[in-house]
Amino acid sequence: MNALAHISDILIPILIFFIVGYGYVSKVKVYESFLDGAKDGLKIVVDIVPTLVGLMMAVGMLRASGFFDLLGKLLGPITEKVGLPAQLMPLLVVKLFSASAATGLVLDIFKNSGPDSYAGTLTSILMSCTETVFYTMSVYFLAAKVTKTRYTLAGALLATLAGTVASVVLTAMLVT
Amino acid sequence: MLNAIWAFMILLAVIYAACTGHMSEVTNAALDSAGEAISLCLTMAGVVALWMGLMEIAKRAGLIEKLTRGISPFLTFLFPRIPKNHPAREYIAANIIANILGLGWACTPAGLKAMEELANLEAERGNPEYANVKNERGKKQEKSGNQTDKNYDRKASGGRRASNEMCNFLILNISSLQLIPVNMIAYRSQYGSANPTSIIAPAIAATLFSSLMAVIYCKWKDRGGVGR
Repeated sequence: MNALAHISDILIPILIFFIVGYGYVSKVKVYESFLDGAKDGLKIVVDIVPTLVGLMMAVGMLRASGFFDLLGKLLGPITEKVGLPAQLMPLLVVKLFSASAATGLVLDIFKNSGPDSYAGTLTSILMSCTETVFYTMSVYFLAAKVTKTRYTLAGALLATLAGTVASVVLTAMLVT
Repeated sequence: MLNAIWAFMILLAVIYAACTGHMSEVTNAALDSAGEAISLCLTMAGVVALWMGLMEIAKRAGLIEKLTRGISPFLTFLFPRIPKNHPAREYIAANIIANILGLGWACTPAGLKAMEELANLEAERGNPEYANVKNERGKKQEKSGNQTDKNYDRKASGGRRASNEMCNFLILNISSLQLIPVNMIAYRSQYGSANPTSIIAPAIAATLFSSLMAVIYCKWKDRGGVGR
């Protein structure tokens, strides 16, 4: 079990070893290539900074205003009927915007209900099957300087919905 | 689209806070989040630079090309109109593979390069909205990739429309392709789960389902060629 949990610890050093080793053996100027790539990477990050500030500010403000709690209270009774505890509503919303904020909420749920409870299991599966919609969209489209995103949002929300439904069904099968 | 959402979030936060008396919390949150964003970017700068550096090595050594060939049928199915030898394919392949392996931070740089290359592809297709990408590209090719100039940024911000490939690539990305939810397993064991890895199978099933829906939706939207 632990071997799986620590798979990323093993995977990344091996990957780095493999890439650098393969490059060196193939007579690539590994260090110079690395520097060129890193320079490119830094430029990309500089481009992203304003987006992140804007997005995180909006999510932070909305969370502090207490609106997410209201949403949970309002929608909770309805969603509970289909197997989504009210407890999870803020997570579902925050997850659309920010992975780090969502992680905070996940840990709260684990702390309060335990990871093996219905809510805990549902959270675990839910968090594994989709990404943050608005964060990914704004950062990626920024790289292409695109402002009109056409059907991306609809498709992304559809995928998120599909993942949510699948998570609920699977959790109901797992935890009885 | 993003303009409306962002404005809505900010306005809603302030109005709701005013109604419920959370104004001081919102003030703090606005300032704190901005600071948090910067510290996140600092972390990110290091990691992205690291992965972009490694990716450059992998690219020059021909590794990425090999990977691309490996998942070529899949790429051709999803992005039938990207020419076989276009660099966008390589970055999309690198992004998808990093995604599947759950290498979180390694996906983003490849994904961002893929988006840049898809923008170049639009320019090559003669899409006028992307016309200035190409000039830019000619000027500083080879040297530092296709990073764009600030002054031309302003000009182009009038409103480029995403290409079908961009929409499909992003939807696929958001549907998550990660097979083993490493982070969740770690958090679960941290909080005393009896069986942290018990969620792997359902997580894979849920991921496959959401990705399948994403692919179906994209193929449906993408039917009949260049939809604009």
